Amino acid sequence: MDALHAFTVGEAARHVREGTVTSVQLAEALLARIAKLDPTVGAYLSVDRDDVLRQARAADARRAKGETAPLLGVPIGVKDVLNVKGQPCTCGSQILAGYRAPYDATAIQRLREAGAVILGRLNMDEFAMGSSTENSSWQPTRNPWDTARVPGGSSGGSAAAVAADLALATLGTDTGGSIRQPAALCGCVGLKPTYGRISRYGLVAYASSLDQIGPLTKDVRDAALLLNAMAGPDPMDSTTLKAPPVDFTAALGRDLRGLKLGLPREYFIDGMDPEVERAVRDAVRQCEQLGATVVPVELPQTKYAIATYYIVATAEASANLARFDGVRYGLRVAGDDPIELYERTRAKGFGPEVKRRIILGTYVLSSGYYDAYYLRAQKVRSWIRAGFDEAFRRCDALLTPTSPTPAFRFGERTDDPLQMYLSDIFTVTVNLAGICGISVPCGFTGAGLPVGLQVIGPALGEETILRVAHAYEQSTDWHKRRPPLNNNG
Amino acid sequence: MPDAASSGFDVAYVARLARLELADEERARLQGQLEQILAYVDELKNVDVSGLPPMAQAIEACNVLRADEVKPGLPHDDVMANAPEHRMGQFVVPRIIE
Repeated sequence: MDALHAFTVGEAARHVREGTVTSVQLAEALLARIAKLDPTVGAYLSVDRDDVLRQARAADARRAKGETAPLLGVPIGVKDVLNVKGQPCTCGSQILAGYRAPYDATAIQRLREAGAVILGRLNMDEFAMGSSTENSSWQPTRNPWDTARVPGGSSGGSAAAVAADLALATLGTDTGGSIRQPAALCGCVGLKPTYGRISRYGLVAYASSLDQIGPLTKDVRDAALLLNAMAGPDPMDSTTLKAPPVDFTAALGRDLRGLKLGLPREYFIDGMDPEVERAVRDAVRQCEQLGATVVPVELPQTKYAIATYYIVATAEASANLARFDGVRYGLRVAGDDPIELYERTRAKGFGPEVKRRIILGTYVLSSGYYDAYYLRAQKVRSWIRAGFDEAFRRCDALLTPTSPTPAFRFGERTDDPLQMYLSDIFTVTVNLAGICGISVPCGFTGAGLPVGLQVIGPALGEETILRVAHAYEQSTDWHKRRPPLNNNG
Repeated sequence: MPDAASSGFDVAYVARLARLELADEERARLQGQLEQILAYVDELKNVDVSGLPPMAQAIEACNVLRADEVKPGLPHDDVMANAPEHRMGQFVVPRIIE
Protein backbone atom coordinates (compact mmCIF):
# COMPACT_ATOMS: atom_id res chain seq x y z
CA MET A 1 0.00 0.00 0.00
CA ASP A 2 1.19 3.52 -0.84
CA ALA A 3 1.76 5.99 1.95
CA LEU A 4 -1.67 7.28 2.97
CA HIS A 5 -0.90 10.88 2.02
CA ALA A 6 -0.15 9.75 -1.56
CA PHE A 7 -3.67 8.38 -2.11
CA THR A 8 -6.05 9.89 -4.58
CA VAL A 9 -9.56 10.68 -3.32
CA GLY A 10 -10.84 7.62 -5.21
CA GLU A 11 -8.25 5.32 -3.60
CA ALA A 12 -8.82 6.70 -0.11
CA ALA A 13 -12.60 6.40 -0.41
CA ARG A 14 -12.25 2.78 -1.60
CA HIS A 15 -9.93 1.88 1.30
CA VAL A 16 -12.33 3.39 3.82
CA ARG A 17 -15.27 1.62 2.18
CA GLU A 18 -13.44 -1.72 2.23
CA GLY A 19 -12.30 -1.20 5.79
CA THR A 20 -8.57 -1.41 4.97
CA VAL A 21 -7.89 2.16 6.17
CA THR A 22 -9.82 4.35 8.61
CA SER A 23 -10.59 8.01 8.23
CA VAL A 24 -8.66 8.67 11.43
CA GLN A 25 -5.58 7.05 9.88
CA LEU A 26 -5.92 9.25 6.80
CA ALA A 27 -6.39 12.36 8.92
CA GLU A 28 -3.43 11.54 11.17
CA ALA A 29 -1.18 10.85 8.19
CA LEU A 30 -2.05 14.21 6.61
CA LEU A 31 -1.78 16.13 9.88
CA ALA A 32 1.68 14.64 10.45
CA ARG A 33 2.77 15.51 6.93
CA ILE A 34 1.44 19.06 7.25
CA ALA A 35 3.34 19.47 10.52
CA LYS A 36 6.53 18.26 8.84
CA LEU A 37 6.38 19.90 5.39
CA ASP A 38 4.06 22.87 5.57
CA PRO A 39 6.60 25.08 7.34
CA THR A 40 8.44 24.88 3.98
CA VAL A 41 5.44 25.08 1.63
CA GLY A 42 3.19 27.51 3.53
CA ALA A 43 -0.04 26.19 2.00
CA TYR A 44 -2.18 26.27 5.16
CA LEU A 45 -3.29 29.34 7.10
CA SER A 46 -4.89 27.25 9.84
CA VAL A 47 -5.49 23.62 10.72
CA ASP A 48 -7.88 22.75 13.55
CA ARG A 49 -6.40 19.40 14.52
CA ASP A 50 -9.04 18.48 17.11
CA ASP A 51 -11.88 19.33 14.76
CA VAL A 52 -10.32 17.28 11.93
CA LEU A 53 -9.91 14.23 14.15
CA ARG A 54 -13.45 14.64 15.52
CA GLN A 55 -14.84 14.65 11.96
CA ALA A 56 -12.67 11.62 11.06
CA ARG A 57 -13.97 9.65 14.05
CA ALA A 58 -17.53 10.56 13.06
CA ALA A 59 -16.84 9.33 9.51
CA ASP A 60 -15.49 6.04 10.88
CA ALA A 61 -18.64 5.72 12.99
CA ARG A 62 -20.81 6.28 9.89
CA ARG A 63 -18.79 3.58 8.11
CA ALA A 64 -19.23 1.20 11.07
CA LYS A 65 -23.01 1.67 10.79
CA GLY A 66 -22.82 0.55 7.17
CA GLU A 67 -23.00 3.93 5.41
CA THR A 68 -21.43 4.20 1.98
CA ALA A 69 -21.25 7.91 1.12
CA PRO A 70 -18.97 8.48 -1.93
CA LEU A 71 -16.33 10.55 -0.10
CA LEU A 72 -16.76 8.96 3.32
CA GLY A 73 -13.75 9.70 5.51
CA VAL A 74 -11.72 11.57 2.86
CA PRO A 75 -9.94 14.74 4.13
CA ILE A 76 -10.29 17.74 1.80
CA GLY A 77 -8.62 21.16 2.25
CA VAL A 78 -10.49 24.40 1.62
CA LYS A 79 -9.46 27.79 0.25
CA ASP A 80 -9.76 30.49 2.91
CA VAL A 81 -12.60 32.21 1.01
CA LEU A 82 -15.27 29.57 1.76
CA ASN A 83 -17.23 29.64 4.99
CA VAL A 84 -16.81 26.55 7.19
CA LYS A 85 -18.86 26.84 10.35
CA GLY A 86 -16.79 27.75 13.41
CA GLN A 87 -13.54 28.12 11.43
CA PRO A 88 -11.67 31.31 10.44
CA CYS A 89 -12.38 32.74 6.98
CA THR A 90 -9.96 35.60 6.36
CA CYS A 91 -9.91 35.56 2.53
CA GLY A 92 -6.18 36.14 2.94
CA SER A 93 -6.97 39.60 4.31
CA GLN A 94 -6.21 41.45 7.53
CA ILE A 95 -9.65 43.01 7.35
CA LEU A 96 -11.14 39.63 8.33
CA ALA A 97 -8.61 38.77 11.04
CA GLY A 98 -10.43 37.00 13.84
CA TYR A 99 -13.61 36.37 11.82
CA ARG A 100 -15.24 32.97 12.41
CA ALA A 101 -17.78 31.67 9.92
CA PRO A 102 -21.27 31.33 11.44
CA TYR A 103 -22.42 28.81 8.80
CA ASP A 104 -21.26 26.29 6.18
CA ALA A 105 -21.10 27.24 2.49
CA THR A 106 -23.38 25.00 0.40
CA ALA A 107 -20.34 23.38 -1.27
CA ILE A 108 -18.98 22.50 2.18
CA GLN A 109 -22.34 21.21 3.38
CA ARG A 110 -22.55 18.95 0.31
CA LEU A 111 -19.02 17.63 0.82
CA ARG A 112 -19.98 16.79 4.40
CA GLU A 113 -23.12 14.99 3.19
CA ALA A 114 -20.88 13.01 0.82
CA GLY A 115 -18.82 12.02 3.88
CA ALA A 116 -15.76 14.26 3.44
CA VAL A 117 -13.66 15.48 6.37
CA ILE A 118 -12.98 19.22 6.07
CA LEU A 119 -9.25 19.78 6.57
CA GLY A 120 -7.54 23.17 7.12
CA ARG A 121 -7.81 26.58 5.50
CA LEU A 122 -5.60 27.26 2.47
CA ASN A 123 -3.66 30.39 1.60
CA MET A 124 -4.70 32.66 -1.26
CA ASP A 125 -4.23 36.08 -2.79
CA GLU A 126 -6.23 38.57 -0.75
CA PHE A 127 -9.91 38.32 -1.75
CA ALA A 128 -8.80 36.05 -4.62
CA MET A 129 -7.15 38.97 -6.42
CA GLY A 130 -3.87 37.81 -7.88
CA SER A 131 -2.02 35.16 -9.84
CA SER A 132 0.83 34.23 -7.49
CA THR A 133 -0.56 34.14 -3.90
CA GLU A 134 1.97 36.90 -3.15
CA ASN A 135 -1.00 39.16 -2.32
CA SER A 136 -1.84 37.12 0.78
CA SER A 137 -1.65 39.36 3.85
CA TRP A 138 -0.38 36.46 5.90
CA GLN A 139 2.41 34.47 4.28
CA PRO A 140 3.94 33.36 1.00
CA THR A 141 3.13 29.91 -0.37
CA ARG A 142 6.00 28.17 -2.16
CA ASN A 143 5.75 26.05 -5.27
CA PRO A 144 6.58 22.47 -4.20
CA TRP A 145 8.46 21.93 -7.49
CA ASP A 146 10.81 24.85 -6.83
CA THR A 147 10.47 26.70 -3.56
CA ALA A 148 12.04 29.85 -5.08
CA ARG A 149 8.94 30.15 -7.26
CA VAL A 150 5.29 31.04 -6.74
CA PRO A 151 2.53 28.42 -6.82
CA GLY A 152 0.31 30.63 -9.00
CA GLY A 153 -2.91 32.08 -7.70
CA SER A 154 -5.20 33.02 -6.42
CA SER A 155 -5.82 29.44 -5.15
CA GLY A 156 -2.06 28.96 -4.60
CA GLY A 157 -2.42 27.25 -1.23
CA SER A 158 -4.98 24.83 -2.66
CA ALA A 159 -2.67 23.87 -5.57
CA ALA A 160 0.52 23.63 -3.51
CA ALA A 161 -1.23 21.43 -0.90
CA VAL A 162 -2.31 18.92 -3.55
CA ALA A 163 1.09 18.94 -5.26
CA ALA A 164 2.94 18.33 -1.98
CA ASP A 165 0.47 15.64 -0.80
CA LEU A 166 -0.65 17.87 2.09
CA ALA A 167 -4.30 17.13 1.17
CA LEU A 168 -5.89 14.43 -0.96
CA ALA A 169 -7.81 17.16 -2.79
CA THR A 170 -8.75 20.78 -2.17
CA LEU A 171 -11.35 23.36 -3.12
CA GLY A 172 -10.42 26.57 -4.88
CA THR A 173 -12.33 29.36 -6.58
CA ASP A 174 -11.85 30.66 -10.10
CA THR A 175 -12.85 34.17 -11.22
CA GLY A 176 -10.29 34.62 -14.02
CA GLY A 177 -8.18 31.45 -13.80
CA SER A 178 -7.59 31.12 -10.07
CA ILE A 179 -8.08 27.33 -10.04
CA ARG A 180 -6.63 26.42 -13.45
CA GLN A 181 -3.50 28.61 -13.44
CA PRO A 182 -2.16 27.45 -10.02
CA ALA A 183 -3.09 23.85 -10.93
CA ALA A 184 -0.94 24.22 -14.07
CA LEU A 185 1.96 25.83 -12.18
CA CYS A 186 1.89 23.14 -9.45
CA GLY A 187 1.29 20.10 -11.70
CA CYS A 188 -2.18 19.10 -10.54
CA VAL A 189 -5.67 18.98 -12.02
CA GLY A 190 -7.93 22.04 -11.63
CA LEU A 191 -11.55 22.28 -12.79
CA LYS A 192 -13.53 25.51 -13.26
CA PRO A 193 -17.10 24.34 -13.72
CA THR A 194 -19.74 26.15 -15.77
CA TYR A 195 -21.04 29.30 -14.08
CA GLY A 196 -23.97 28.20 -11.91
CA ARG A 197 -22.94 24.54 -11.67
CA ILE A 198 -21.96 24.84 -7.99
CA SER A 199 -23.71 27.11 -5.51
CA ARG A 200 -21.76 30.20 -4.45
CA TYR A 201 -23.65 30.49 -1.16
CA GLY A 202 -21.01 30.90 1.53
CA LEU A 203 -18.28 31.92 -0.92
CA VAL A 204 -17.09 35.44 -0.11
CA ALA A 205 -17.76 37.25 -3.39
CA TYR A 206 -15.05 38.86 -5.52
CA ALA A 207 -16.83 39.24 -8.89
CA SER A 208 -20.24 37.63 -8.63
CA SER A 209 -20.88 37.12 -12.35
CA LEU A 210 -17.53 35.35 -12.79
CA ASP A 211 -16.80 33.48 -9.51
CA GLN A 212 -17.12 29.72 -9.43
CA ILE A 213 -16.00 27.06 -6.92
CA GLY A 214 -14.13 24.00 -8.15
CA PRO A 215 -11.80 21.16 -7.16
CA LEU A 216 -7.99 20.84 -7.36
CA THR A 217 -7.03 17.18 -7.44
CA LYS A 218 -4.31 14.65 -8.22
CA ASP A 219 -6.16 13.19 -11.18
CA VAL A 220 -9.17 13.83 -13.40
CA ARG A 221 -11.35 11.12 -11.85
CA ASP A 222 -11.05 12.85 -8.46
CA ALA A 223 -12.19 16.13 -10.03
CA ALA A 224 -15.29 14.32 -11.33
CA LEU A 225 -15.92 12.78 -7.89
CA LEU A 226 -15.81 16.17 -6.17
CA LEU A 227 -17.97 17.76 -8.85
CA ASN A 228 -20.52 14.96 -8.32
CA ALA A 229 -20.69 15.85 -4.64
CA MET A 230 -21.01 19.64 -5.07
CA ALA A 231 -22.96 20.27 -8.30
CA GLY A 232 -26.65 21.05 -8.46
CA PRO A 233 -29.24 23.74 -7.86
CA ASP A 234 -29.41 25.45 -4.47
CA PRO A 235 -32.30 27.58 -3.19
CA MET A 236 -29.68 29.76 -1.45
CA ASP A 237 -28.10 30.81 -4.78
CA SER A 238 -30.53 31.98 -7.44
CA THR A 239 -27.80 31.78 -10.11
CA THR A 240 -27.39 28.01 -9.81
CA LEU A 241 -28.38 26.09 -12.94
CA LYS A 242 -31.27 23.68 -12.88
CA ALA A 243 -29.32 21.00 -14.76
CA PRO A 244 -30.31 17.51 -13.63
CA PRO A 245 -27.72 15.63 -11.55
CA VAL A 246 -25.35 13.45 -13.56
CA ASP A 247 -22.54 11.08 -12.61
CA PHE A 248 -19.53 12.88 -14.07
CA THR A 249 -17.37 9.75 -13.73
CA ALA A 250 -19.61 7.95 -16.26
CA ALA A 251 -17.98 9.77 -19.20
CA LEU A 252 -14.47 8.72 -18.14
CA GLY A 253 -12.57 5.82 -19.64
CA ARG A 254 -13.61 6.34 -23.25
CA ASP A 255 -11.11 7.20 -25.97
CA LEU A 256 -11.45 10.32 -28.08
CA ARG A 257 -12.80 8.81 -31.31
CA GLY A 258 -15.59 10.88 -32.77
CA LEU A 259 -14.57 14.05 -30.89
CA LYS A 260 -13.55 17.24 -32.67
CA LEU A 261 -11.11 19.38 -30.73
CA GLY A 262 -10.50 22.99 -31.71
CA LEU A 263 -7.11 24.66 -31.59
CA PRO A 264 -7.57 28.46 -31.32
CA ARG A 265 -4.56 30.10 -32.92
CA GLU A 266 -4.94 33.19 -30.72
CA TYR A 267 -3.90 31.03 -27.75
CA PHE A 268 -0.44 30.39 -29.18
CA ILE A 269 1.01 33.87 -28.96
CA ASP A 270 4.36 35.56 -29.42
CA GLY A 271 6.18 35.76 -26.15
CA MET A 272 4.85 32.56 -24.67
CA ASP A 273 7.41 30.23 -23.18
CA PRO A 274 8.73 27.89 -25.92
CA GLU A 275 8.84 24.91 -23.55
CA VAL A 276 5.19 25.48 -22.64
CA GLU A 277 4.26 25.69 -26.30
CA ARG A 278 6.17 22.48 -27.10
CA ALA A 279 4.52 20.54 -24.24
CA VAL A 280 1.04 21.71 -25.25
CA ARG A 281 1.58 20.93 -28.95
CA ASP A 282 2.82 17.44 -27.98
CA ALA A 283 -0.35 16.98 -25.92
CA VAL A 284 -2.49 18.02 -28.89
CA ARG A 285 -0.77 15.36 -31.03
CA GLN A 286 -1.34 12.82 -28.28
CA CYS A 287 -5.07 13.63 -28.33
CA GLU A 288 -5.07 13.00 -32.08
CA GLN A 289 -3.46 9.62 -31.51
CA LEU A 290 -6.24 8.86 -29.04
CA GLY A 291 -8.74 9.31 -31.86
CA ALA A 292 -9.69 12.99 -31.76
CA THR A 293 -9.86 15.14 -34.87
CA VAL A 294 -8.09 18.46 -34.33
CA VAL A 295 -9.42 21.46 -36.24
CA PRO A 296 -8.16 25.07 -36.29
CA VAL A 297 -10.59 27.65 -34.88
CA GLU A 298 -10.44 31.41 -34.53
CA LEU A 299 -11.25 33.44 -31.44
CA PRO A 300 -10.34 37.00 -32.51
CA GLN A 301 -11.90 38.35 -29.30
CA THR A 302 -9.07 36.88 -27.21
CA LYS A 303 -6.82 39.96 -27.37
CA TYR A 304 -9.53 42.04 -25.65
CA ALA A 305 -10.20 39.57 -22.85
CA ILE A 306 -7.83 40.93 -20.20
CA ALA A 307 -9.07 44.50 -20.62
CA THR A 308 -12.69 43.35 -20.48
CA TYR A 309 -12.01 41.21 -17.44
CA TYR A 310 -10.28 43.96 -15.47
CA ILE A 311 -13.21 46.30 -16.01
CA VAL A 312 -16.02 43.81 -15.29
CA ALA A 313 -14.27 42.08 -12.37
CA THR A 314 -13.09 45.25 -10.62
CA ALA A 315 -16.48 46.93 -11.05
CA GLU A 316 -18.17 44.00 -9.33
CA ALA A 317 -15.42 43.83 -6.70
CA SER A 318 -15.79 47.50 -5.80
CA ALA A 319 -19.46 46.84 -5.02
CA ASN A 320 -18.93 43.49 -3.27
CA LEU A 321 -16.11 44.76 -1.05
CA ALA A 322 -18.13 47.77 0.11
CA ARG A 323 -19.45 45.50 2.88
CA PHE A 324 -16.06 45.52 4.61
CA ASP A 325 -16.50 48.76 6.50
CA GLY A 326 -15.73 47.90 10.12
CA VAL A 327 -19.36 47.79 11.25
CA ARG A 328 -20.66 44.21 11.21
CA TYR A 329 -17.53 42.04 11.17
CA GLY A 330 -13.78 42.10 10.94
CA LEU A 331 -11.33 44.89 11.63
CA ARG A 332 -12.46 48.29 12.89
CA VAL A 333 -10.28 51.39 13.09
CA ALA A 334 -11.96 54.13 15.14
CA GLY A 335 -13.06 57.39 13.51
CA ASP A 336 -14.92 60.48 14.69
CA ASP A 337 -17.82 59.79 12.33
CA PRO A 338 -18.93 56.74 10.34
CA ILE A 339 -17.27 57.90 7.09
CA GLU A 340 -13.91 58.34 8.80
CA LEU A 341 -14.36 54.93 10.45
CA TYR A 342 -14.99 53.29 7.04
CA GLU A 343 -12.07 55.08 5.36
CA ARG A 344 -9.56 54.26 8.07
CA THR A 345 -10.74 50.65 8.50
CA ARG A 346 -10.46 49.98 4.78
CA ALA A 347 -7.10 51.79 4.54
CA LYS A 348 -5.61 49.55 7.22
CA GLY A 349 -7.45 46.33 6.40
CA PHE A 350 -6.95 46.03 2.63
CA GLY A 351 -3.64 45.34 0.89
CA PRO A 352 -2.29 47.16 -2.20
CA GLU A 353 -3.81 44.96 -4.93
CA VAL A 354 -7.27 45.05 -3.36
CA LYS A 355 -7.09 48.84 -3.10
CA ARG A 356 -5.94 49.07 -6.72
CA ARG A 357 -8.91 47.01 -7.92
CA ILE A 358 -11.47 48.79 -5.73
CA ILE A 359 -10.32 52.13 -7.13
CA LEU A 360 -10.32 50.91 -10.74
CA GLY A 361 -13.76 49.36 -10.25
CA THR A 362 -15.16 52.47 -8.59
CA TYR A 363 -13.80 54.63 -11.40
CA VAL A 364 -15.25 52.56 -14.28
CA LEU A 365 -18.68 52.68 -12.62
CA SER A 366 -18.52 56.36 -11.74
CA SER A 367 -20.67 59.05 -13.27
CA GLY A 368 -19.32 60.13 -16.64
CA TYR A 369 -17.21 57.01 -17.19
CA TYR A 370 -19.77 54.18 -16.86
CA ASP A 371 -20.68 54.08 -20.57
CA ALA A 372 -17.11 54.44 -21.80
CA TYR A 373 -15.72 51.67 -19.63
CA TYR A 374 -18.23 49.41 -17.89
CA LEU A 375 -21.02 49.35 -20.47
CA ARG A 376 -18.54 48.96 -23.33
CA ALA A 377 -16.81 46.07 -21.51
CA GLN A 378 -20.17 44.35 -21.02
CA LYS A 379 -20.78 44.59 -24.77
CA VAL A 380 -17.34 43.18 -25.57
CA ARG A 381 -18.14 40.42 -23.08
CA SER A 382 -21.16 39.36 -25.11
CA TRP A 383 -18.93 39.33 -28.24
CA ILE A 384 -16.49 37.04 -26.39
CA ARG A 385 -19.37 34.72 -25.52
CA ALA A 386 -20.55 34.78 -29.15
CA GLY A 387 -17.04 33.83 -30.28
CA PHE A 388 -17.14 30.68 -28.14
CA ASP A 389 -20.68 29.86 -29.33
CA GLU A 390 -19.37 30.04 -32.89
CA ALA A 391 -16.32 27.90 -32.08
CA PHE A 392 -18.43 25.21 -30.37
CA ARG A 393 -20.56 24.88 -33.49
CA ARG A 394 -17.43 23.52 -35.15
CA CYS A 395 -15.88 21.46 -32.35
CA ASP A 396 -16.71 19.72 -29.05
CA ALA A 397 -13.96 21.27 -26.94
CA LEU A 398 -10.88 23.51 -27.26
CA LEU A 399 -7.26 22.70 -26.42
CA THR A 400 -5.02 25.55 -25.21
CA PRO A 401 -2.15 26.20 -22.83
CA THR A 402 -3.43 27.05 -19.32
CA SER A 403 -0.72 29.65 -18.68
CA PRO A 404 1.76 31.26 -21.10
CA THR A 405 4.65 30.52 -18.73
CA PRO A 406 5.60 28.02 -16.04
CA ALA A 407 5.87 29.14 -12.39
CA PHE A 408 7.74 32.43 -12.01
CA ARG A 409 10.02 33.65 -9.22
CA PHE A 410 8.85 35.56 -6.17
CA GLY A 411 8.84 39.29 -6.81
CA GLU A 412 9.24 38.87 -10.58
CA ARG A 413 5.90 40.52 -11.43
CA THR A 414 4.89 42.32 -8.24
CA ASP A 415 6.08 45.75 -9.36
CA ASP A 416 4.14 45.60 -12.61
CA PRO A 417 0.42 44.92 -12.05
CA LEU A 418 -0.29 44.74 -15.77
CA GLN A 419 2.36 42.05 -16.31
CA MET A 420 0.78 40.03 -13.48
CA TYR A 421 -2.69 40.45 -15.03
CA LEU A 422 -1.42 39.01 -18.31
CA SER A 423 -0.72 35.69 -16.47
CA ASP A 424 -4.45 35.03 -16.87
CA ILE A 425 -4.62 35.66 -20.62
CA PHE A 426 -5.67 32.08 -21.51
CA THR A 427 -8.11 31.57 -18.65
CA VAL A 428 -10.20 34.75 -18.18
CA THR A 429 -12.20 34.22 -21.39
CA VAL A 430 -13.78 31.09 -19.91
CA ASN A 431 -15.11 33.05 -16.91
CA LEU A 432 -16.34 35.93 -19.05
CA ALA A 433 -18.29 33.48 -21.23
CA GLY A 434 -19.54 31.49 -18.21
CA ILE A 435 -18.34 28.19 -19.72
CA CYS A 436 -16.12 25.42 -18.23
CA GLY A 437 -12.43 24.59 -18.35
CA ILE A 438 -9.99 22.14 -16.83
CA SER A 439 -6.19 22.17 -16.53
CA VAL A 440 -4.39 18.83 -16.64
CA PRO A 441 -0.60 18.24 -16.36
CA CYS A 442 1.00 17.86 -19.82
CA GLY A 443 4.73 17.84 -19.19
CA PHE A 444 7.66 19.60 -17.58
CA THR A 445 10.17 22.21 -18.61
CA GLY A 446 13.87 21.38 -18.69
CA ALA A 447 14.13 22.92 -15.22
CA GLY A 448 11.49 20.52 -13.91
CA LEU A 449 8.54 22.92 -13.73
CA PRO A 450 5.07 21.55 -14.56
CA VAL A 451 3.09 22.66 -17.62
CA GLY A 452 -0.71 22.53 -17.91
CA LEU A 453 -3.00 21.75 -20.86
CA GLN A 454 -6.36 23.51 -20.72
CA VAL A 455 -9.46 21.83 -22.14
CA ILE A 456 -12.33 24.30 -22.60
CA GLY A 457 -15.92 23.19 -23.07
CA PRO A 458 -19.26 24.91 -23.67
CA ALA A 459 -21.73 25.67 -20.86
CA LEU A 460 -22.62 22.40 -19.14
CA GLY A 461 -19.90 20.65 -21.17
CA GLU A 462 -18.11 19.18 -18.13
CA GLU A 463 -18.64 15.60 -19.25
CA THR A 464 -16.80 16.31 -22.50
CA ILE A 465 -13.83 18.15 -20.98
CA LEU A 466 -13.49 15.55 -18.21
CA ARG A 467 -13.52 12.79 -20.84
CA VAL A 468 -10.82 14.54 -22.94
CA ALA A 469 -8.66 15.40 -19.91
CA HIS A 470 -8.99 11.88 -18.52
CA ALA A 471 -8.17 10.11 -21.78
CA TYR A 472 -5.11 12.31 -22.23
CA GLU A 473 -4.01 11.97 -18.60
CA GLN A 474 -4.31 8.18 -18.63
CA SER A 475 -2.11 7.98 -21.73
CA THR A 476 0.72 9.77 -19.89
CA ASP A 477 2.33 9.56 -16.46
CA TRP A 478 2.75 13.31 -15.85
CA HIS A 479 0.12 13.25 -13.10
CA LYS A 480 1.99 10.54 -11.20
CA ARG A 481 5.20 12.56 -10.79
CA ARG A 482 5.81 14.10 -7.40
CA PRO A 483 7.98 17.11 -6.51
CA PRO A 484 11.42 16.42 -4.98
CA LEU A 485 10.16 17.89 -1.71
CA ASN A 486 8.17 14.71 -1.18
CA ASN A 487 11.23 12.48 -1.03
CA ASN A 488 11.79 13.70 2.52
CA GLY A 489 8.22 12.81 3.47
CA MET B 1 -13.76 56.19 -24.65
CA PRO B 2 -11.73 58.93 -22.98
CA ASP B 3 -8.03 58.14 -23.00
CA ALA B 4 -6.32 57.87 -19.66
CA ALA B 5 -4.13 60.95 -20.02
CA SER B 6 -7.07 63.25 -20.73
CA SER B 7 -9.68 61.34 -18.72
CA GLY B 8 -8.99 63.41 -15.67
CA PHE B 9 -8.50 60.29 -13.61
CA ASP B 10 -7.98 61.61 -10.09
CA VAL B 11 -7.13 58.87 -7.63
CA ALA B 12 -7.91 61.04 -4.61
CA TYR B 13 -11.44 61.74 -5.83
CA VAL B 14 -12.14 58.07 -6.66
CA ALA B 15 -10.68 56.94 -3.33
CA ARG B 16 -13.18 59.20 -1.55
CA LEU B 17 -16.02 57.59 -3.52
CA ALA B 18 -14.65 54.17 -2.49
CA ARG B 19 -14.35 55.17 1.19
CA LEU B 20 -10.62 54.48 1.16
CA GLU B 21 -8.09 56.67 2.95
CA LEU B 22 -4.78 56.81 1.05
CA ALA B 23 -1.38 57.89 2.33
CA ASP B 24 0.47 60.41 0.12
CA GLU B 25 2.98 57.97 -1.35
CA GLU B 26 0.22 55.40 -1.86
CA ARG B 27 -1.81 57.98 -3.75
CA ALA B 28 1.09 58.86 -6.03
CA ARG B 29 1.90 55.24 -6.78
CA LEU B 30 -1.73 54.31 -7.49
CA GLN B 31 -2.24 57.34 -9.73
CA GLY B 32 0.64 56.19 -11.98
CA GLN B 33 -0.29 52.49 -11.97
CA LEU B 34 -3.94 53.13 -12.71
CA GLU B 35 -3.13 55.54 -15.55
CA GLN B 36 -1.06 52.74 -17.08
CA ILE B 37 -3.88 50.18 -16.61
CA LEU B 38 -6.47 52.61 -18.03
CA ALA B 39 -4.26 53.18 -21.07
CA TYR B 40 -4.19 49.41 -21.56
CA VAL B 41 -7.97 48.92 -21.26
CA ASP B 42 -8.42 51.75 -23.78
CA GLU B 43 -7.82 49.08 -26.46
CA LEU B 44 -11.50 48.21 -26.06
CA LYS B 45 -12.33 51.35 -28.00
CA ASN B 46 -11.04 49.49 -31.08
CA VAL B 47 -13.97 47.09 -30.89
CA ASP B 48 -17.10 47.94 -32.86
CA VAL B 49 -19.72 47.35 -30.17
CA SER B 50 -22.69 48.66 -32.13
CA GLY B 51 -25.44 46.05 -32.06
CA LEU B 52 -23.82 44.08 -29.24
CA PRO B 53 -26.08 43.69 -26.19
CA PRO B 54 -24.41 44.33 -22.82
CA MET B 55 -23.85 41.06 -20.96
CA ALA B 56 -24.24 41.45 -17.20
CA GLN B 57 -24.18 37.76 -16.35
CA ALA B 58 -23.47 34.41 -17.95
CA ILE B 59 -26.87 32.81 -17.44
CA GLU B 60 -30.35 33.42 -18.78
CA ALA B 61 -32.22 33.22 -15.46
CA CYS B 62 -34.03 36.26 -14.18
CA ASN B 63 -36.47 36.88 -11.34
CA VAL B 64 -35.81 33.59 -9.58
CA LEU B 65 -38.42 33.52 -6.82
CA ARG B 66 -39.06 31.28 -3.88
CA ALA B 67 -42.19 30.68 -1.86
CA ASP B 68 -42.82 33.47 0.65
CA GLU B 69 -42.32 31.36 3.75
CA VAL B 70 -40.77 32.16 7.10
CA LYS B 71 -37.55 30.18 7.59
CA PRO B 72 -35.02 30.26 10.39
CA GLY B 73 -32.06 32.61 9.83
CA LEU B 74 -28.67 32.52 11.48
CA PRO B 75 -28.74 32.62 15.28
CA HIS B 76 -28.45 36.25 16.36
CA ASP B 77 -25.65 35.58 18.85
CA ASP B 78 -23.55 33.75 16.25
CA VAL B 79 -23.74 36.75 13.94
CA MET B 80 -23.06 39.31 16.66
CA ALA B 81 -20.01 37.31 17.79
CA ASN B 82 -18.14 38.74 14.77
CA ALA B 83 -19.09 42.38 15.37
CA PRO B 84 -16.24 44.73 16.37
CA GLU B 85 -18.59 46.42 18.85
CA HIS B 86 -22.16 45.61 19.79
CA ARG B 87 -24.59 46.39 22.57
CA MET B 88 -28.08 45.05 23.31
CA GLY B 89 -28.12 43.07 20.08
CA GLN B 90 -27.20 46.10 17.92
CA PHE B 91 -24.06 47.14 16.03
CA VAL B 92 -22.44 50.17 17.64
CA VAL B 93 -21.23 52.97 15.31
CA PRO B 94 -20.00 56.53 15.95
CA ARG B 95 -22.71 59.14 16.50
CA ILE B 96 -24.18 60.41 13.22
CA ILE B 97 -26.60 63.13 14.48
CA GLU B 98 -25.65 65.63 17.15
